[in-house]
Amino acid sequence: MDVSQYLEIFLDETKEHLQSLNTQVLELESDPENADTINEIFRAAHSLKGMAGTMGYKRMQTLTHDMENVFSEVRNGNIKVTPDMIDVLFHCLDALEEYNNNIQETADEGTNDNEPLIRQLNDILKQNAAQEAEDVSPAKEPEKADVDGGKKESEGGKWDHIHLDESQIRVIEEAQKQGKKVYGLNVVIQDSCILKAARAFLVFKAVEERAEIIVSDPSAQDVEDEKFDKDFTLIILSDAALEEVVKAAESVSEIAQVAGAPIMLENNSFYHPVAQETPAPQEKQAEEAPKQVAPAPAPVSPDKKSKPAGKAGEKKQAPGKPIVNRTVRVDIEKLDVLMNLVSELIIAKNSLVSSANQSHVEGSGGFNEQIEYLESVTTNLHESVMKVRMVPIESVVNKFPRMIRDLSKTLDKKMELFMSGEETELDRTVVDEIGDPLMHLLRNAADHGLESAELRAQRGKPEVGSIYLDAYQDGNNVVIEVRDDGNGIDAEGVKNKAIENKVVTPEQAANMTDKEIVNLLFLPSFSTAKKVTDVSGRGVGLDVVRSKIESLSGEVEVKSKLGVGSTWTIRLPLTLAIIQALMVVVGGEKYAISLGSIQTLEDIAPSDVKLVQNKEVINLRGMVIPLIRLSKVLDIESSRAPEENLIVVIVKKGDKMAGLVIDELIGQQEIVIKSLGKYIKQCKFISGATILGDGEVALILDANALI
Amino acid sequence: MEQVSTKNQEYVQETETDSKMPVETIQYIVIRLGKEQYGIDIRNVDNIVRMQHITRVPKVPSYLKGVINLRGEVIPVMSLRLKMGLETDEITRATRIIILKLEQQGNVGIIVDEVKEVVTLEVTDIEKVSYDSKEGRTNFINGVGKHQGELISLLELGAVTLEENA
Repeated sequence: MDVSQYLEIFLDETKEHLQSLNTQVLELESDPENADTINEIFRAAHSLKGMAGTMGYKRMQTLTHDMENVFSEVRNGNIKVTPDMIDVLFHCLDALEEYNNNIQETADEGTNDNEPLIRQLNDILKQNAAQEAEDVSPAKEPEKADVDGGKKESEGGKWDHIHLDESQIRVIEEAQKQGKKVYGLNVVIQDSCILKAARAFLVFKAVEERAEIIVSDPSAQDVEDEKFDKDFTLIILSDAALEEVVKAAESVSEIAQVAGAPIMLENNSFYHPVAQETPAPQEKQAEEAPKQVAPAPAPVSPDKKSKPAGKAGEKKQAPGKPIVNRTVRVDIEKLDVLMNLVSELIIAKNSLVSSANQSHVEGSGGFNEQIEYLESVTTNLHESVMKVRMVPIESVVNKFPRMIRDLSKTLDKKMELFMSGEETELDRTVVDEIGDPLMHLLRNAADHGLESAELRAQRGKPEVGSIYLDAYQDGNNVVIEVRDDGNGIDAEGVKNKAIENKVVTPEQAANMTDKEIVNLLFLPSFSTAKKVTDVSGRGVGLDVVRSKIESLSGEVEVKSKLGVGSTWTIRLPLTLAIIQALMVVVGGEKYAISLGSIQTLEDIAPSDVKLVQNKEVINLRGMVIPLIRLSKVLDIESSRAPEENLIVVIVKKGDKMAGLVIDELIGQQEIVIKSLGKYIKQCKFISGATILGDGEVALILDANALI
Repeated sequence: MEQVSTKNQEYVQETETDSKMPVETIQYIVIRLGKEQYGIDIRNVDNIVRMQHITRVPKVPSYLKGVINLRGEVIPVMSLRLKMGLETDEITRATRIIILKLEQQGNVGIIVDEVKEVVTLEVTDIEKVSYDSKEGRTNFINGVGKHQGELISLLELGAVTLEENA
């Protein structure tokens, strides 16, 4: 079977599962008894195994299989979660990630068998086995028991290990009283079968004609979704003879084996009330069941069973299951095409607008109406396409708790990461890029920011350092803050280092504000760490962070107080593709300035322009604002006479302001941002271009770069 | 002796098959720049458009004339004359912008005085020009093609579109 077409989906889903596993294992570490978490882990590991198997990645499958075994033991309460085990599990996840990366790059999983890991996993299992008696009881088998396909007759049917809730037990008891027969049925589907779900469905149908299905494991829903390995177990009520039902099930093609037997309720591992008192006559399993299994489901079962609708097949979708994001995977290229279409629509609209302005024909009322309609359509379309492109930053920040945990171990510092606003949405392209800068900042906070335990104790801070990652939307921007309650930035230290590295002269340094000094940190190869560690301190961090953020048209700021902590603030535009802009004319050329950075427009008399340190400034409502003559910046002659009033666009970047002097205002317009291409990149303050209604290209001025 | 003769035989066979097989050919677009003719490998040409309004981009080397709108895409345009150290372009009715598609830089337009024709040159008609280090500046030509008695300088597009960080 050619599976290459599924490769992309496989990679995506594997990543998702690995992420979920990482998060859940982390949770497990802090709360080892949480049954929901264990179930979720088991589910993710199981699907991962199934997927790897389908795709033919044997090594990956083997590793996940062994992991699954451990998880299943944990779930059954046979193993306690230990810190060592968590470490092994994390290593396994890393190994799986490596497989996944290999697959992504070469479509092959690589040749690393990760034997040590598998051995470790098996050791965990063995330890457990050693604790028990020599007789490895079937109760130890994972519930789904995909380990040992069809050889279960010898140890009692699988149906004896199905979770039965009270109502189901009651139904069975009731039926038995009424003289109906209760059978357990185990159906094994052939390995070669491709449409397992369809075959299973046919079996269900065949059985249903002759019997009533009470319980199915995995649940009917899971079976339908193909979320089972190759066998499933049913408990049925029937008047017919067992052979008849088995035959019916066997008549479905591609079924390898159907095994059935009358159900003895007392044999069921989950039928404790009776099982505890009655030693089962025919199987050794019953003796162990109460001992080892019965305590296990205790934490698991109550919430599984709390669902009133104890119908067959509902068992698996217990209320403990977290809400999984329902996503539609859309090829980013298709989105881009859609985006382009919208862009063109907007351009078409703009050209209509400009022709309407030009002609002023009589009876153009209907025409204007059309334009308004077109405008509302394009705006809506724009918004919805934008929304499709938006993804929560969750996908990026989710890996950070794990990273902080690892850092905490390598650095031997106690720390905790608090995150908020993971649901904040950003353009997909931005989200993909933002991971590395954030990681840099977090590592910095962990390594340089947080003090050693002794110092923290001296300063009267809690022993465990706190790092915060907060994201929120602020107008047309998304703000992400990385905060720590550590040492803060030592401005004096930075200054000395800067002088030592000849970045600034001592005289310059003396005149610099603390803020300016702290900003020196963003210069390339500037590291204040006294010793270089594995984690950071090589001085290739912050400048990369800044250039990355700036390439996303964002900005990064730092506020710090020595001894109290520092806050890094990243501000990113919500979207990069279509913006509201002010169109202006400078020296006969049209330029667009993003409305986001514009504060006000001012009409200034030439006499109000003052000179401070030989630079032009204006005094605007008590604020001294430097003037930037765009004609000079853009190397062009201004078309305005010097005695005329100046049109000044006041722009703001952080707490800095500037007045851009322009020649003429055109107005506000929605513009589509186009890249200038890779060829023109020297120009720092041109952030792109846009196509106007008349087909002409206008450049977009980046006000942030001008200030 | 025997060996030599077999070799000769082989050689003969080779030439025979060669003459049967079509010789590898490359198509070039012939453009005029001043009085000289240049050929541009057609595989690198995306489009040829008429001269149109070029939006100036500030703070770039003078040979970069700006950007144009090509069916919704913004394409940088450079002056081939200025890049090659000739005098400024004279825009006439024959002036064209050739849009090149390049692997590294994406699409780039170059302004030429005139587009004349498309010629098919056999590989054997192309004489490679080796890089002359004495000349000191980048060599824009990678070969000379002979076509109906005329010589066509074949442009090395990598050098033409190389960015100067001046």
